[in-house]
Amino acid sequence: MQFFLDALRWLTDPANYVAGSVSPLPIQDRVAEHLWYTFVSVLIATLIALPLGLFIGHTGRGRQFVIGFTGAMRALPTLGLLMALFLIVGSTVPFTQAAFVASIIALVILAIPSILAGGYAGVESVDPQTVDSGRAIGMTEMQILLRIEIPLSLPLIIAGIRAATLQVIATTVIASYISLGGLGAIIASGIGLYDNERILGGAILVTVLALVVDGFLAILQRLTTIRGSSQALPKKQNVRRRSHGSTAVAVKAVDERKEYVQSKK
Amino acid sequence: MMKAGLQEFSELTSEDCRMSWLFDNFDLVAELTLNHAALSFTPIFLGFVIALVLGWTANRWLLFRSWIIAGGSILYTIPSLPLFVILPYILGTRITDERNIIVALTIYALAILIRTVAEAFAAVPTDAIEASRAIGYSSWNRFWHVEFPLAGPVLLAGLRVVSASTIALVSVGAIIGSANLGYLFTNGKQRDFLEMILIGIGASFLIALVFDILLVLLGRLLMPWNKRTSLITNGRRILSSKGA
Repeated sequence: MQFFLDALRWLTDPANYVAGSVSPLPIQDRVAEHLWYTFVSVLIATLIALPLGLFIGHTGRGRQFVIGFTGAMRALPTLGLLMALFLIVGSTVPFTQAAFVASIIALVILAIPSILAGGYAGVESVDPQTVDSGRAIGMTEMQILLRIEIPLSLPLIIAGIRAATLQVIATTVIASYISLGGLGAIIASGIGLYDNERILGGAILVTVLALVVDGFLAILQRLTTIRGSSQALPKKQNVRRRSHGSTAVAVKAVDERKEYVQSKK
Repeated sequence: MMKAGLQEFSELTSEDCRMSWLFDNFDLVAELTLNHAALSFTPIFLGFVIALVLGWTANRWLLFRSWIIAGGSILYTIPSLPLFVILPYILGTRITDERNIIVALTIYALAILIRTVAEAFAAVPTDAIEASRAIGYSSWNRFWHVEFPLAGPVLLAGLRVVSASTIALVSVGAIIGSANLGYLFTNGKQRDFLEMILIGIGASFLIALVFDILLVLLGRLLMPWNKRTSLITNGRRILSSKGA
């Protein structure tokens, strides 16, 4: 417990916020850097992955690709990706910029699968009848996408961006290992100096930052949920609430099990 | 001039020893791979067992449900490196102790699985449960013979997600001195040795692939009526993955 009190004292010490002090201080600069790296990476990843995800969701083409790709990317070790990119980028870009360029590329690569999956799953979750009625009143495919599918899938699109953002915030911490700034630099210097207050203080800062950003995106996700849509969750839930996909799977499992049992007879 | 010369030299040497490094250090890579696999297995297993208990409880008692699921998503938000360095203070372990990594990864596995488990049990058709109650199943038997098998496909899908992300996350532990494939990443970076890192990434993928195949086979063995295990997925499940 004493460790945490020490860390809190370190966090509230005005000396750690004085502008122009030795790196990795002052704290507010590292927080700003961390947010900046996160923002840039998520923005680039969104520009790449969201249109692709929407396209796949709208046309239904490449569905297997998204499932396979997101699955495989999950197994990619972030630390290895960072280090490999650092060496590859480092051989072409001046050393001072290598850490930044390599980190942003790695963070963008890591953010893409979640955003892609969010866009795809969002459009796919829209009731086909709603899409068809749009088509029936003479909407073009573009109008269907922009006026029906995107507004209705906004919560899932934001859920994808939210998952990606969390991942980027966490990976940016590790990027301090290739001398990127941000809050990871505080933890790294703490580990180097055997300074427990600094390690713990840095760790608490990152965790709070992740929780705050995640909370903000969670509110945004809630706000974009249209009342009455299939994604809107009622306030009071039944204990045995049936969630969409799971029910389909379980019901199918029942049928298939019945078939199996009968075939055994 | 000087820089270009050095670069040519380093490219030459790494080109030279690309394959031979793996052969010369095969024992090291094999040992790191095995340790990596062992370090991944425990959190996946523990996380699943604890999530099973908590998720089932959450589904049984409404009061717990929102608390347990909210707790899971808060734990999930904590970035991995900070958790690795905070845990020694809570557990009283040394910072290089591998138990920190196991506990941290169990927490993540639990955080991802808890929601999946609660949803899987919630999706078990009420008819099936009522039927089992009507023919006199005790709640223990009902769990093992009705709820668990019917929730099986969703549980398996969740386990596969957790398996892949846990194996990927173990390597972060190398920063605090754990001997797993992550060592090839940190050491390869220090020695400016790209092939070493790529071999590490490849080996990590290999473990993930083997674990995934084993899980699918286990699913086929335990749930022979469920033919299409590999296709089970939905939007939310695609989204849940823990990066770093």
